[in-house]
Amino acid sequence: MLCHEEIEPEISWRSFLGKDQAPKICTECKDSFAPITGEKCEICGRPFDFLEEEYRIGNICMDCKRWEENEEWSGSLDKNRSLYRYTDFTKEVIARFKFRGDYVFADIFTEDIKTVLQAFQYDYIVPIPLSDERLYERGFNQSEALIKAAGYTPTHLLTRIHSEKQSKKSRDERIQIEQVFKMAEGVEIECKTILLFDDIYTTGSTLRHAAKVLKQNGASKVMSLTLAR
Amino acid sequence: MRFLIKEGKLIPKLDSSDDETTFSISNLPEIPQLSTNPFFEYNPELQKMLAGKQLLIDELPFTIDEIQAHYENGYLVYRKGIQKQENRPHGSSGVTEKHTNLPRICVRCGTSDESWFGEFPCARCGERDIYCPKCLMMGRVSECTPLVCWVGPESDFPVVDRPLEWAGSLSEGQQVASQRVLDAVKTTSELLVWAVAGAGKTEVLFAGINEALTSGKRVCLATPRTDVVLELTPRLKKAFPQTKIASLYGGSEERHEFTQLTIATTHQLLRFYKAFDVMIVDEVDAFPYSIDETLQYAVQQSRKLDSSLIYLTATPSKQWQKECRLGKRKYVTIPARYHRHPLPVPKLEWSGNWEKMLTKGKLPANIIKWIETRQASRRQALLFAPKIASMEKILPILRKMDPLIESVHAEDPDRKEKVMKLRNKEIPILLSTTILERGVTFPNIDVAVIGSEDRIFTESALVQIAGRAGRSADFPTGEVVFFHYGKTEAMLSARKQIEMMNKEGIKKGLIDV
Repeated sequence: MLCHEEIEPEISWRSFLGKDQAPKICTECKDSFAPITGEKCEICGRPFDFLEEEYRIGNICMDCKRWEENEEWSGSLDKNRSLYRYTDFTKEVIARFKFRGDYVFADIFTEDIKTVLQAFQYDYIVPIPLSDERLYERGFNQSEALIKAAGYTPTHLLTRIHSEKQSKKSRDERIQIEQVFKMAEGVEIECKTILLFDDIYTTGSTLRHAAKVLKQNGASKVMSLTLAR
Repeated sequence: MRFLIKEGKLIPKLDSSDDETTFSISNLPEIPQLSTNPFFEYNPELQKMLAGKQLLIDELPFTIDEIQAHYENGYLVYRKGIQKQENRPHGSSGVTEKHTNLPRICVRCGTSDESWFGEFPCARCGERDIYCPKCLMMGRVSECTPLVCWVGPESDFPVVDRPLEWAGSLSEGQQVASQRVLDAVKTTSELLVWAVAGAGKTEVLFAGINEALTSGKRVCLATPRTDVVLELTPRLKKAFPQTKIASLYGGSEERHEFTQLTIATTHQLLRFYKAFDVMIVDEVDAFPYSIDETLQYAVQQSRKLDSSLIYLTATPSKQWQKECRLGKRKYVTIPARYHRHPLPVPKLEWSGNWEKMLTKGKLPANIIKWIETRQASRRQALLFAPKIASMEKILPILRKMDPLIESVHAEDPDRKEKVMKLRNKEIPILLSTTILERGVTFPNIDVAVIGSEDRIFTESALVQIAGRAGRSADFPTGEVVFFHYGKTEAMLSARKQIEMMNKEGIKKGLIDV
């Protein structure tokens, strides 16, 4: 699906008995996604293998320490996990999926998302919403597409107020920006555990904004999962 | 997006809040076209950008209200982005049901293979929508996406008396072909120019392009490869210095220019619609044009119904060769190079199971000997291998003979540098995949193919490879050998084609014997 080469199926007893689904992408493409493994920041899931020693403070990274030291943001997001490092390859695939709008690319991640979701316990899985303008422009919400492709049901607890594209802003601008999310009408999340879902974790600002609104409205725990970081 | 039909007009509805019945454009049985209002003041910027094009609303930097005003006054039309090929009415509603398995075609790129299409819940039309991933990189075309085309008056090009400023001269063979191209332009007909590698094809076009430009026609020179667009652009700008020329390829800046002469990759033609009076397609046999129906579709729909179509190639397909022989296709050959020497004829040499020998770290003796002969006489060589994998096994063996030997393939980041080094004689032998089969010229080299029986070496690939040798007037000869493990039809046909061209060249007095 990615390289449009023919896929040579791996022959195993499982495939012989029809237990495996036909792979969407070839092994070579699959290996090109760099999965996050090894030691990582306890909060944001950043792999320590690729981080200079000086930016690591015990079991968390410098960025998360800064977030946690800030009264306004401390404890907003309990934990983030990401599937892959944001390498050039992953970046290209996500760009084709989300900006060019190749919806069927969501299927590529189905297996990995299913596997990782088993490790989470939550009441609702919530895609980071797009503003109406952005949704019209793209035609679909990429986070929602990924959740659905993996066979889960997204719950829409949040709505987004339209603003400039995140990718055009610096870290400080993103962090200082006023509230971009608000609660959808008529939902009750008292003492619930929420799992947010987004495609990319960059500064963690989007997810913390969303998490903060959820916590202010009674959520007991807010975690997040992203494809890449 | 959705449309409302009101008073015989399509009206775009961006919000679906109303109760009125709206449609996705592909579900409309027919699209109303409106007559042109001569008193309407159209926007000349929109005209420039849209004339001869088919674009998505998202590609146009104008408001939907302005676009709609041009539609309502008959200056542009909305066309279906994806057309359902049969419009069987479903039930009594008269509107076709969306998800029956009707065959579809992407109107922009011509894809009709069902396995290509993708489905998604579209926020613009609020339905399950079908889109075309094949041409997605040019913006998503889906069943609810209209293509916008200009139908208003076209602006004229500034008249130039003598657009061609070229002082060079043509060889005898070139002159004949040049005259035929000129005729094809004048009579808006079709022509195949079959010119051997190194004949000087580009110059043959100048007179024809000149004629088209002086008579106010719009000309396109299309080629499958970006490299060729980049190479041709400065040459044509020099030959036609007063003419505005757009050079289009993936990532180029000149997308919205309205020019009389366009040089484009065949892929970029997908944005054009009934635009050109003269369409010239260079290297028709070259990947990806030869195998990609999308690009053939692009050529057809971007030219006007009444237009000239000129193909240039060194190696027409079997089918086309046959049509030429049977007189079903108009063609002209340039059977000889401008330097009046014959093309080097490839030798076929059996080299046994070379792949098996490679697994033992060895090369067949006759290949080794061939390389030693080049070394002894200090001649440079291009060596072709069918796959990157086999190339990687061959390279270490060759490096033992000479550590300066290099290899190159499509994804090699140093591709350009290595080609330069061969040209500067810093590399004695360059090992390559078919990536160097065409377009690159080295003045004085010998050429060999290892494993020429591989199916990647088609007749046209082999003719092109052989065409690398003996290019310059100073060194008009060179040796070409196909080392094989069993002769293929392609190898024999390639040799025959080259011999036939030489014979014709001698007969026509274009080669000195």
